[in-house]
Amino acid sequence: MKELVFPFDSRAILRNKRELKKALLNDGTARIKKNIAVLGGSTADHVVSMLRLFLLNNGIEPHFYKSEYNKFYEDAVFGSPELEAFKPDIVFIHTTSRNLSLMPERVNTTAEEAERLLDEQFAVFSQVWEGIDQRFGCPIVQNNFELPLFRRTGNFDCYSPSGQAAFINRMNVRLADYARTHSNFYINDINYLSAAIGLEKWHDAEAWYLYKYAMSTSVIPDLAYSAACIIKSIYGRNHKVIDLDLDNTLWGGVVGDDGVDGIEIGQETPVGQSYSEFQSFIRGYKDYGVLLAVCSKNDEENALAGLRHPCSVLGPDDFVSIKANWESKDSNIQASADELGLLADSFVFIDDNPAECAIIEAQLPQVQTVCLTSVGDAMYALSRGGFFEVTSVSEDDLKRSRMYAENAQRAAQQKKFSSYSDYLESLQMYAKITDFEPVYRQRITQLTNKSNQFNLTTKRFTESEIEEVSGSPDHIRLCGRLTDKFGDNGIVSIVIARCEGGDAHIELWLMSCRVLKRDMELAMLDELVAKCRERGISRIFGYYYKTPKNSMVAGLYESFGFEPVEKSENGDSVWVLPTEGYTNKNKVIQKDKRSYS
Amino acid sequence: MNREEVIRRLNEVFRDVFGDDSISVSEETTSADIEDWDSIEHINLIGSVESEFGMKFKMREVSGMKNVGEMIRIICERGC
Repeated sequence: MKELVFPFDSRAILRNKRELKKALLNDGTARIKKNIAVLGGSTADHVVSMLRLFLLNNGIEPHFYKSEYNKFYEDAVFGSPELEAFKPDIVFIHTTSRNLSLMPERVNTTAEEAERLLDEQFAVFSQVWEGIDQRFGCPIVQNNFELPLFRRTGNFDCYSPSGQAAFINRMNVRLADYARTHSNFYINDINYLSAAIGLEKWHDAEAWYLYKYAMSTSVIPDLAYSAACIIKSIYGRNHKVIDLDLDNTLWGGVVGDDGVDGIEIGQETPVGQSYSEFQSFIRGYKDYGVLLAVCSKNDEENALAGLRHPCSVLGPDDFVSIKANWESKDSNIQASADELGLLADSFVFIDDNPAECAIIEAQLPQVQTVCLTSVGDAMYALSRGGFFEVTSVSEDDLKRSRMYAENAQRAAQQKKFSSYSDYLESLQMYAKITDFEPVYRQRITQLTNKSNQFNLTTKRFTESEIEEVSGSPDHIRLCGRLTDKFGDNGIVSIVIARCEGGDAHIELWLMSCRVLKRDMELAMLDELVAKCRERGISRIFGYYYKTPKNSMVAGLYESFGFEPVEKSENGDSVWVLPTEGYTNKNKVIQKDKRSYS
Repeated sequence: MNREEVIRRLNEVFRDVFGDDSISVSEETTSADIEDWDSIEHINLIGSVESEFGMKFKMREVSGMKNVGEMIRIICERGC
């Protein structure tokens, strides 16, 4: 039911909860029945009624036990006959920062006292979890703790021994540590949720005074939704497939119209960057076992060409099913589902076209649609939607990840660079230096027009001039792309040299300032000399034309070992380097042999 | 907004919150007249009324309202 999927209208759900419940119970869905005990540290009635709706909407019919007001500790630690008889399948401990009874109060609390209070407070909760584990051995869903809205001491509150935010943050770390090392224990991250919604909106002091609600009733649907995502995931009710449109969903532009060279993907433009980030985000789901599929109105050939774009994060092999044709999308989704042996209700469909989303909603209402209005909104909707909530990571996985984390910490502590080149080595840089390939020409033109600082001649080119140079037999063209362990920096350096007789004249040498001091210029120089030698060129002339902005490269050719030929009063200079006897200067950047096309 | 309009919209809220399309509230209606109007539903009712009229009741008002008439009076006072 669309009303019950993020983003939803909380007020409408609260107001219409009876009608929604009736509609869900009468929709003919077969649901698994589960007993869910909600042990609350504050009034939990709304939490229960909202949880019911969201679980019903995920194929689970819950039967609830609700502890008496603020009796979560007693019920769990000492037990109650009602709870024993109820035999919960899951226990949800709905507590909040209101239940942190040992929060430091006094201004002169010492660090040691704060630590002791933290230990005691944590023990209250760990007793609860152990009590439940011993009695029922069932999964436990536990809220972590939200930050308070009020900070008596301002920013100091987050680190002072008597600070509440400091205490809460440390409790949350302890909860996370416990969750990582105990199976069957899941955190409902209300610390994130309250931040995402905004603490101003989350908190409602009057709701506490009036009803003992620990948050505004208007955000209870969000809290319950989040808990419901965990519960349905535990019972294997997650979605399984992300089915994606291509044009203006995985890249900017329409590949059929704009051609592979015309679509926007990669680090070269803001739009291209946004789609790269989106593709990386989607690929991350694949790592967690979510299947990816394509559903696009396109000629298959064009769709595949787009996915093979040198900057595309996702390639054709990342998808288990690619439907690129002119059939209706609902029939394509159904066909993919049939091929994979899945039901359409395990599909999440993402498309930028609201009309396509509307068709799917009408024809295949069991498919979850996410309309991509912007990449950021889509990533948020996809994650807050909780369609792929992760709850099952095996014990071995837990151990392994902990081991990795420890090793990483060790490495981080040990790592001290003895020299700058050590540091550069550690970046694991790879450069791909090529001719001006058509797909990069737009970016090359753009760089010639916006680079001012690391630019020796500041010569501007139009796209047609770049085309012309690209076709010229008298020019050496270098286009450098740099990647490092943190990612792809994209095209960062351009060199154009005109050859005449046995000489080459560097008409353009520029580099993006985002890769300053990485020795990329040395890698470019090595490549330039190599290309000159291939052509039998014996001398390379470099030109520095002074502008108000490019003083940082006034000494570049000198640092390269060029000899001065001429220095003008206006600051311009001409330099020369014999190619004979030149030895490669770059030692930290490796050649990138990967193929991007 | 006149009282009739307030009563009409209020009635819609009551029908939704209590899931009963036969409800017809008047100034004299009290919690005793509607079966499911307990303290928990009162919270939901207050929240739904507040969002319907874009206003907020004061704490004393929430716990002090004797009947629907008082609720209407407060809503009208707030100039909704």
